[in-house]
Amino acid sequence: MSEYEIVDHEHDVVVVGAGGAGLRATLGMVSGGLKTACITKVFPTRSHTVAAQGGIGAALNNMGENDSWQFHMYDTVKGSDWLGDQDAIEYMCKEAIPSVTELENFGVPFSRTEDGEVYQRPFGGHTLDYGKKMARRACAAADRTGHAILHTLYQQCLKYQAEFFVEYIALDLLMDDNGKCVGVLALCMDDGKIHRFRGHQTVLATGGYGRVYFSCTSAHTCTGDGNAMVLRAGLPLQDMEFVQFHPTGVYGAGVLITEGSRGEGGYLTNSEGERFMERYAPTAKDLASRDVVSRSMTIEINEGRGVGPNKDHIFMHLEHIDPATLQMRLPGISETAKIFCGVDVTKEPIPVLPTVHYNMGGIPTNYHGEVVTRKGNDQDAVVSGLMAIGEAACVSVHGANRLGTNSLLDIVVFGRAAAQRALKTVEKGSAHVPLPKRVTDKILARLDKVRYSNGDISVGEVRNSMQNAMQKHAAVFRSNTSMKEGVQKVDTISKGMDNIGIKDRSMIFNTDLVEALELENLMQQAIVTMKSADQRKESRGAHSHEDYPERDDKNWMKHTIMWLNEKNKTKLDYRDVHLNTLTNEVASIPPAARVY
Amino acid sequence: MAEFALPKHSKIVKGIDYPIKSEAENTKKINVYRWSPDDDENPRIDSYTIDLDQCGPMVLDALIKIKQEIDSSLTFRRSCREGICGSCSMNIDGTNTLACLKSIDDVKGDLNIYPLPHMEVIKDLVPDLSKAYEQLTSVKPWLQSKSDPEKGKSRKQSPKEREKIDGLWECVLCFSCSTSCPSYWWNGDKYLGPAVLLQAYRWIADSRDENTEQRLEELEDSFKLYRCHTIMNCTKTCPKGLNPAKAIGEIKKLQLERK
Repeated sequence: MSEYEIVDHEHDVVVVGAGGAGLRATLGMVSGGLKTACITKVFPTRSHTVAAQGGIGAALNNMGENDSWQFHMYDTVKGSDWLGDQDAIEYMCKEAIPSVTELENFGVPFSRTEDGEVYQRPFGGHTLDYGKKMARRACAAADRTGHAILHTLYQQCLKYQAEFFVEYIALDLLMDDNGKCVGVLALCMDDGKIHRFRGHQTVLATGGYGRVYFSCTSAHTCTGDGNAMVLRAGLPLQDMEFVQFHPTGVYGAGVLITEGSRGEGGYLTNSEGERFMERYAPTAKDLASRDVVSRSMTIEINEGRGVGPNKDHIFMHLEHIDPATLQMRLPGISETAKIFCGVDVTKEPIPVLPTVHYNMGGIPTNYHGEVVTRKGNDQDAVVSGLMAIGEAACVSVHGANRLGTNSLLDIVVFGRAAAQRALKTVEKGSAHVPLPKRVTDKILARLDKVRYSNGDISVGEVRNSMQNAMQKHAAVFRSNTSMKEGVQKVDTISKGMDNIGIKDRSMIFNTDLVEALELENLMQQAIVTMKSADQRKESRGAHSHEDYPERDDKNWMKHTIMWLNEKNKTKLDYRDVHLNTLTNEVASIPPAARVY
Repeated sequence: MAEFALPKHSKIVKGIDYPIKSEAENTKKINVYRWSPDDDENPRIDSYTIDLDQCGPMVLDALIKIKQEIDSSLTFRRSCREGICGSCSMNIDGTNTLACLKSIDDVKGDLNIYPLPHMEVIKDLVPDLSKAYEQLTSVKPWLQSKSDPEKGKSRKQSPKEREKIDGLWECVLCFSCSTSCPSYWWNGDKYLGPAVLLQAYRWIADSRDENTEQRLEELEDSFKLYRCHTIMNCTKTCPKGLNPAKAIGEIKKLQLERK
């Protein structure tokens, strides 16, 4: 093994990732006096939170509709198709109100109502009075809400002089012999040095893994590095079969057009010019849950009513909306439509297609952000020293399908919760126990294997094969035959990792190496996603099984958890869904048929 | 005595030519600046000819295609590919912009790609932005107020007040503007540059911020602010269509008013 210069750091807490969740956690920890390191592979404001558009959900009730967090909770449970944990959902919807108000106090440039309050718009699946009419609950900064929040959180971190390690790629968790996480090993891209970060808590805020698919709204950097590190640490991932397809990705480019555009009055049509969502969701129409809209669009296309020369996409209309409103409320997507499909939204419809957007699954945690696993009969065994928040985590507040605006909410609420928890559990400045050298050596051996790889398949080739297989076999609609084939394909493709070769041998900003490491991360998640999907014999939320078209609460109201060993073999188990609420302020919401 | 020799590694030499291997009708030659600190070589221009019929429409698509299919050692930053993260700023066809928003068809003839001008290069198209980030921190770009908002309540701001920060808060920190400014090229160590001044004005213009006087006081400096000579390259180049020159003008106007 080659000799690496190792730089050691000791902190109270180490946060991996500087998107909304990582920054909110860092801010809470630093302002509370914990010595915190925030490690990130891109400069904080380049994290993918920046691309969130439509809004952040909170029942602030600024639009005078008697909204309440109980309605928000009901919508979220229903949206999750009863796979979400109700204690965590109660926590999120209740804490939404102070969390979003705090964001405003931090300086987020929210759009405003005439009386100077934070502007709120309608969004898919958000209703008043338990589904009776659509609610205006999405707190928005035009259609660049993620940008507004991410930049503000970074600014607040600067105010508290948080310690950032920018353009460092995390390699693996440092796990001691008792299965406790004691930090993380990272590669500094700038100079190629290895940095060993010790922390009493390590917080994974590494985002989703949309890039296992060929077409996604996710950034190139959304490779789920934290999820893969958890698998390699011998811990399971949860509910990985649930992948959200956003109804309105731009046809071809895959970039996002916010659901807020339908919130502002936009609608979808098929080749007959019909507003087909009225048939599928008579009440919510174009603002039904994302899984429902994406399925409806796919059915329209499959039945020959798609638009365009190949009848393979759908139109979204905004041209009936007043241009001044478009300019004020949706300036970003007006620009995006112009640049990526040459469409003037004031005159013509945008060609759209359901596009991979969000991972409901991830690292199982409780509502404090502490990572849990199943140990025998203990389904909620806390993994010492390890936390996960944001899209990387599966709390689970999104269950089988996430509502729009609940992802920005998730990152802020649980970033904040993780900080509060760490302030309670971590003794400031306490000493770190020595770590055996072999823990680091093992990780460096894995790095070396990739760094010196000289096989004849390129990273790009393997990545393409994986992305195409996932696109085809873990799609909006799935079947036994297709998923079986998918499992085999991904298995075969993953073997290609042994024969990859990289060209760049430098240790300075070696993106060739980083992309290979990211591909390894993606591949492990592709295997777990495909296998988790294949074993779930029902349809629930984003998992639509053609051979089992109904939800089966008797057998399948449970979280999938899956481990992956070093030989890429999986192990499957389950955890119960928490139907109990957190407090007696609200009653558990019993499972019911999901109609919009 | 004045030093007349150019600094080391200033001369750019011709590099490797990668001709197209397949038969294609619609091709484009893409010339890319390459430099690595690992050896003592001068920077070079490598040329890649690609089939545009097998490539997405944007310059970033072409760079990714080259990295994926021809030369995986080509180094550049990228992330969102939709113009919101600000990672892929570079000099394309002589203009600073985001590679993900720049259409290949907009460039006639060969496509020439260089890193952002006048910044230290880490490798290939990756500039060192750490000084620009430090300058950003120096203007204390966060909400400063003497009064606390009512506990558990948002601060109020009318739509009219809120409108004043439109065109300011949308900046993606790509630094295309600062690195297009001759004043910043010359005095980048002391002049804050358009990107950072736009951020400074974003807080001056925000009705919720109560530290305007202090902010203006700190900017009242012949270098930090007044090295802007209204050249307007910043506004011309901004890939997000923002107007940093106007923001700087507003700061100068406020400085006059306080005297």
